[in-house]
Amino acid sequence: MLPVMCEVRLVGISKRYDGDKAGRAALAALDLAIAPGQMVVLVGPSGCGKSTTLRIVAGLEDPSTGQVLVDGRDVTQTPPALRDIAMVFQSYALYPHMTVFENLAFALRIRKLPEAEIIQRVEDVARSLGIHEYLARRPKALSGGQRQRVAIGRAVVRQPKVFLFDEPLSNLDAKLRGDMRREIARIHRASRTTSLYVTHDQVEAMTLADQIVVLKDGLLQQVGTPLDIYDAPANRFVAGFFGTPAMNFLRAEVADEGGQRTLRGAGFALPSSTTSAMNKDVIIGIRPEGVALSGAGVPVAGEVNLREVLGAEVVLHVASAAGELTVRADAKADARPGDQVMVYLDPRAVHLFDARSEARL
Amino acid sequence: MKRPRLYLQLLTYAALVVAAAVVLYPVLLVVKKAFEPGRQFALSASPIPTTLTTEHFADLFGARGGHGELLFLHHAWNSLVAAILTTIVGVSLSCTAAYALSRMRFPGHKAGLITFLVVQMFPATLLIMPLYVLLDRLGLLNSMVGLVLVYATTAIPFCVWTLKGYFDSLPRELEEAARMDGAGAWQTFWRVMLPLARPGIAVTALFSFMTAWNEFIMASTFLTDDSRYTLPVLIQSSVGQYSSDWGFFAAGAIVTSLPVMALFYVLQKFLVGGLTAGSVKG
Ligand SMILES: Nc1ncnc2c1ncn2[C@@H]1O[C@H](COP(=O)(O)OP(=O)(O)OP(=O)(O)O)[C@@H](O)[C@H]1O
Ligand SMILES: [Mg+2]
Repeated sequence: MLPVMCEVRLVGISKRYDGDKAGRAALAALDLAIAPGQMVVLVGPSGCGKSTTLRIVAGLEDPSTGQVLVDGRDVTQTPPALRDIAMVFQSYALYPHMTVFENLAFALRIRKLPEAEIIQRVEDVARSLGIHEYLARRPKALSGGQRQRVAIGRAVVRQPKVFLFDEPLSNLDAKLRGDMRREIARIHRASRTTSLYVTHDQVEAMTLADQIVVLKDGLLQQVGTPLDIYDAPANRFVAGFFGTPAMNFLRAEVADEGGQRTLRGAGFALPSSTTSAMNKDVIIGIRPEGVALSGAGVPVAGEVNLREVLGAEVVLHVASAAGELTVRADAKADARPGDQVMVYLDPRAVHLFDARSEARL
Repeated sequence: MKRPRLYLQLLTYAALVVAAAVVLYPVLLVVKKAFEPGRQFALSASPIPTTLTTEHFADLFGARGGHGELLFLHHAWNSLVAAILTTIVGVSLSCTAAYALSRMRFPGHKAGLITFLVVQMFPATLLIMPLYVLLDRLGLLNSMVGLVLVYATTAIPFCVWTLKGYFDSLPRELEEAARMDGAGAWQTFWRVMLPLARPGIAVTALFSFMTAWNEFIMASTFLTDDSRYTLPVLIQSSVGQYSSDWGFFAAGAIVTSLPVMALFYVLQKFLVGGLTAGSVKG
């Protein structure tokens, strides 16, 4: 099977739902390009417009303005049935009155493929997804994980131009979610079908994506590879959204100390190479792994509030004059709640954001 | 859940027993008459017959008409044809209408729904005059087609509302999945939504069937030729102004109600529904 590689582009897409005239738009002027064969993951908090974006690409929802282009062809007015796009729904949406076989075969039957080919394709897909032995069952006789496989199989068997996934794993338990995530990654590697995947799970986003798209309140925050997003978040929101435990944020002011630009905050002064104006208010972002209980960094005094043991490591929440700091430490660190400690900020691990606009500096 | 107090429970059961007795007593009197010798209703208020006979049933099944045909079978056939045609016409029109009203938005959507509701509020007797005039103009008096049309139109508003409620309760994602799978509007309806609406359809089919099968007033008004009579009209004709055979009437009433009871029994698993289990999470 030749990979069907399609480019999907959203141009100036906005969406305002009827009956929501007073409120804000669900999506505002979204531009997005998904390169052929890529897996693009859409992340953002609840209500930020992820599903809306997906449904507009699917054709289940009309955009208020803008165009959807598939391989350069404007499909904005094309009904979903003719777009050749497959979607995996969060609720699975399996046809309850049909067997697993019939569920998988449905789209092929609609296209009136020869019966022999239908059987062949359904069986191939069922085997590769490990649902072969359930082909004669109804969806209600399957477990959640099995239903999810059928839902994915129903999309895969069509060999569509584009896959859409709307939080497909959000109803599975942690173990199953990991398995299915790897399964989806495998399917994508094998078929190289252009995919748009919605999730609010950052692990899914980081591990599956060629490109991550971060949305908030219907506005695009950042587009980039998982590492771009992690290492150079475009603003404070993106910085705080990725990474567990979340990044620390400290208020500071740009100052000059003996000719060296410095970020001065409550109880600390960090040397910096920033070129920002003097006296500018900034927000320092520093991930928990950039804060240590010992080492060469800039010391900050504080008191341990909480100790969370994660097994291989512990997470300490330390109250300092500068604000609460989350520290990722070795499991052997024996700081207990109530202990006075010094934590060391690594100046190289600092991200700087404008205090007003919260954009990266 | 907290268990209600004992005396409240007793009170509830007492009320239910009284209500059941009030509802069942007339029925029991009819049953008694059907199995009791004699043409007249006995004066005794007891619902238990003193002597048993099947003579009324023998009369009912044995009675012959002017052409030597078995009266009961002949008229049962009329009733069956009317009921089945009404069910087919009523259910097929209601399904499509209910689906459209549930899932599509078009001018007249709300007005249509309200009309269906308001029309239901008129008692059928009020409609007899205008319907008589209409059927007369259309040349459909004394015809099965006319009767079926009238029955279907009386059944459709209820069926549409019931089925619309049913379609409303089906998950929208199923339809969206079908559309994504390439199905057009009709295929989505026919291959996905309609099979899922089977419990709703069973209810409306039963209702349509009953509407036609039990109906008396319209049939007796619009059917003038007594060979066209449906069962209720035949049975009623046995109790006239000058001579009444209440035994024949009671036996007829019981036999006539049997098919509806049987249908209820057969369809009851649909009436409790539950067909969408397993399609979506939750
Ligand atoms: N049919 C609708 N009618 C009106 N408003 C809607 C409709 N669907 C979504 N919205 C609104 O549009 C916004 C975006 O919704 P959307 O479903 O795209 O969010 P989401 O990012 O998928 O959220 P979640 O992670 O919770 O699924 C929300 O504010 C939501 O309330
Ligand atoms: Mg969503």
